[in-house]
Amino acid sequence: MLTKRPFVIEALTALGLLAAPFLLPYLGFAPATINRILVWGLFGLGFDILFGYTGLLSFGQSAFFGTGGMVAAYLLTIAGFPHVVTAIVIGMIAAAIIGYLVGLIALRRTGIYFAMITVAISEVFYFVEFNPLSDFTGGENGLPGVPPPSFNLGFMKLDFNTDLSMYFFLAFWYFLGVVLALRIVRSPVGLVLSAIRDNPLRAQAVGHDIQRYKLTAFVVAAAYAGFAGGLLGVMQGFMPPDAFMFDTSGQLVMQTAIGGPGTLFGPLVGALIWLYLQDFLQGVLHLGSTWKLALGIVFVVLVVFLKRGVIGGIVDLVQLARGGKKAHEAPESDPNAVAEPETSPSLAAAVVPRSPVTTSDKPVIEARQISKRYGGLLANSNIDFLVKEGELRGVIGPNGAGKSTFFKMLTCEVQPTAGQILFNGRDITGQTVTQACQLGLTKSYQINQLFTRLTVRENVVISALAKLRGPFRMDMLRAVESVPGLSERVDQALALVRLTERADAPVAELAYGEKRRLEIGLALASDPRLLLLDEPLAGMSPSERVETVKLLKSIREGRTMIVIDHDMDAIFELAEKITVLSEGKVLVEGTPEEIKNDPVVQEAYLGGVHE
Amino acid sequence: MVNWGNLISQMFNGLVLGMLLALISSGLTIIYGTLGVLNLAHGAMFMLGGYAGWLAFTYTHSFIAAVVVGSLFVMIVGIVMERVIIRSFYDRPHEDQILVTFGIGIVFVEAVRFAFGSLSKIVPPPEMLNGIVNLGFMFYPKYRLALLVIVAVALLVLYIVLYRTKLGMIVRAGIEDAGMVDALGINVHKVFMLVFGIGAMAAGFAGIVNAPVVAVSPDAGESILVQTFVVVVIGGVGSFPGAILGGLIAGEIISITSMFNPGYAYVMLFAAMTLVLVLRPYGLLGTAGRD
Repeated sequence: MLTKRPFVIEALTALGLLAAPFLLPYLGFAPATINRILVWGLFGLGFDILFGYTGLLSFGQSAFFGTGGMVAAYLLTIAGFPHVVTAIVIGMIAAAIIGYLVGLIALRRTGIYFAMITVAISEVFYFVEFNPLSDFTGGENGLPGVPPPSFNLGFMKLDFNTDLSMYFFLAFWYFLGVVLALRIVRSPVGLVLSAIRDNPLRAQAVGHDIQRYKLTAFVVAAAYAGFAGGLLGVMQGFMPPDAFMFDTSGQLVMQTAIGGPGTLFGPLVGALIWLYLQDFLQGVLHLGSTWKLALGIVFVVLVVFLKRGVIGGIVDLVQLARGGKKAHEAPESDPNAVAEPETSPSLAAAVVPRSPVTTSDKPVIEARQISKRYGGLLANSNIDFLVKEGELRGVIGPNGAGKSTFFKMLTCEVQPTAGQILFNGRDITGQTVTQACQLGLTKSYQINQLFTRLTVRENVVISALAKLRGPFRMDMLRAVESVPGLSERVDQALALVRLTERADAPVAELAYGEKRRLEIGLALASDPRLLLLDEPLAGMSPSERVETVKLLKSIREGRTMIVIDHDMDAIFELAEKITVLSEGKVLVEGTPEEIKNDPVVQEAYLGGVHE
Repeated sequence: MVNWGNLISQMFNGLVLGMLLALISSGLTIIYGTLGVLNLAHGAMFMLGGYAGWLAFTYTHSFIAAVVVGSLFVMIVGIVMERVIIRSFYDRPHEDQILVTFGIGIVFVEAVRFAFGSLSKIVPPPEMLNGIVNLGFMFYPKYRLALLVIVAVALLVLYIVLYRTKLGMIVRAGIEDAGMVDALGINVHKVFMLVFGIGAMAAGFAGIVNAPVVAVSPDAGESILVQTFVVVVIGGVGSFPGAILGGLIAGEIISITSMFNPGYAYVMLFAAMTLVLVLRPYGLLGTAGRD
């Protein structure tokens, strides 16, 4: 959606903002309506970062809109503070602080719980504003007499007391808001936020502290809301109490959904449509209060038929029109590519240069008597397990043997009921999966866990960012590409899993085998010291299996790996040592030869060979 | 000083409100538990029940008819809504489901406003339940006391449906694992439709039986919806006993706080919700793993 060319969107926005007050009146927009659209658009920029980019649908934005507006209006009226912009900024800061505190509570849960909690929040703020704080907020009367901004430049005085001058005052802030929002969504933080929207569990597993990122998005949205609230009061010369109403949150949500979430401009487009229709239905058709019924129906129809709002619909139309052309551009995957001789020079060169790790006696991971109980089910019991540096260990066992549970405990996705896990001699029992990944221990999943709405490259970048930037960093204004060492690492990982040519393809367009390779690529990009692969061959065609086994061989250089799979031939070919799990216990451990010939294994795993 | 008589009567009010909230929340929570859809139009369902009942009452002057029409009408609205719109949203993200039910709620509210105006409508209680009764320790409106019994019976019926019938067994199994129920060869679509209807009816029934206490207006559902959310967060999503416990807690908090200062009722309610979220993030009687 966002072009790579620098400043194109910014320039177009500036042009659009300059032209709008002269063009829109011809379409029937009243000047005051145009100004209101800008306030809603700015309000929505922050909300879109929260909802469209991070996937958190909040119905509580009115709380921050109102807080920012009331603080600014209070300062400018009752407190007699003279500087309009400073007052708005203070209101914004107040809203951000409130947003931080509220976020701490609301973000304890996700999904529908989050939505419900934010609904409650907006209602609480409304009642607080109305009653206990009415001395400061004017209660149901609001705060009248908010002065328009005026700047004394020494040689002349700039007043913003007409609709048009007010428009340019608002447009300036909207433009600044857009520039900032674009920086944020193009920053590493922005990409991590998209990752959280697409697949929060995986974002966590590749080493991002998603809770703090979500809180960041929440505070950013609150700050935008607070600033927009301040502008509302200044624009109208009056701070209305209904800024706090649940309806305000609802209108913002609906405008964003109508315009198209995840586009930054969706809320502006939505506000344009919404406010225009409101004026049109009330003013021209004289529908009175029925306008809301009409808009409600429009909204429901749009949500049912246009999944990504008006902007999404336009993008889809454009793509449909160019559809034929695009299909030809896509590189056709060559089915014979698999059969090619393995050691292509590019691949060999791509292997991440690491300090050579030879098999040593140093244990990388050690599980001591770990058990996991789910209610009455004992999934794992008293497992002792040790893998040394540089080893490639296979783990096999019949379905239900507890292999995946065992892996989940090693990667700290689930906590063992009893026992202890050591990684590089350090006790990691009770750590989170994020911490484990940051320590250099990660897993590729049995069922693909990808960031489905992003491209292949973005997927790998997200994983690499966690390694390069740590679990959390607020580098919101830096471009993703400028993170040092990122592109090399991403290119290497893409080359390793042979997806270099598909780097810009959206994940949704990948073939199954490519998705499986990307799944491994995600784990590789965090450059783990210990890589766990949960059924990397699952669901693959025979030729894809051959290719993936080659891939696994090529990446094992300099790594310690543990592989679960049902493909015996592959495991026997890859692993030096194999652990057999059965009924949640270690049945036997040994070299592939020993395992193949072990009658106990044959009995338990293959059901006996003598029948 | 605290006026004890006042406090006791407020606690009774809290009990009545709590039972009502329990009933409405049960409807919301079984819909969510079974279908995975958070119905933001649930508050509008409550309001629709009141209006349908009021309309029936103006024609028949029978309270019983009002209750029957109010509940059945909302049940039918729920079923139609599930058939026509919600069904195509099962495969879409939670956010889309929330958006569409939110929109539907607005359409209901505005349609009622369009048809009947913004002024609130009064449904009087039945003749025999008019007036007040001396309970020995206090005087209390007869209808409110009756309401306590009416809602308790409704909850009992819902309990029997959920825990003593085959449909209820399927619903409870569906809350645990909807995929498994589907795999067992049960026609989940039919069950979904029924559950949506029953859940909506719970709200509609509450809407009409509450009408003699609080006159019905187009916006009546909004605050009820918010309170219902708090109840569900406190009690735990998908839990029928949680809805009842949460409802009673919320009802008492609102009523008792209102005695001192109504402005703080929501603050206290929110504080209670926060406390629960901090101490038991999945609600008092909820289980981990549902979001």
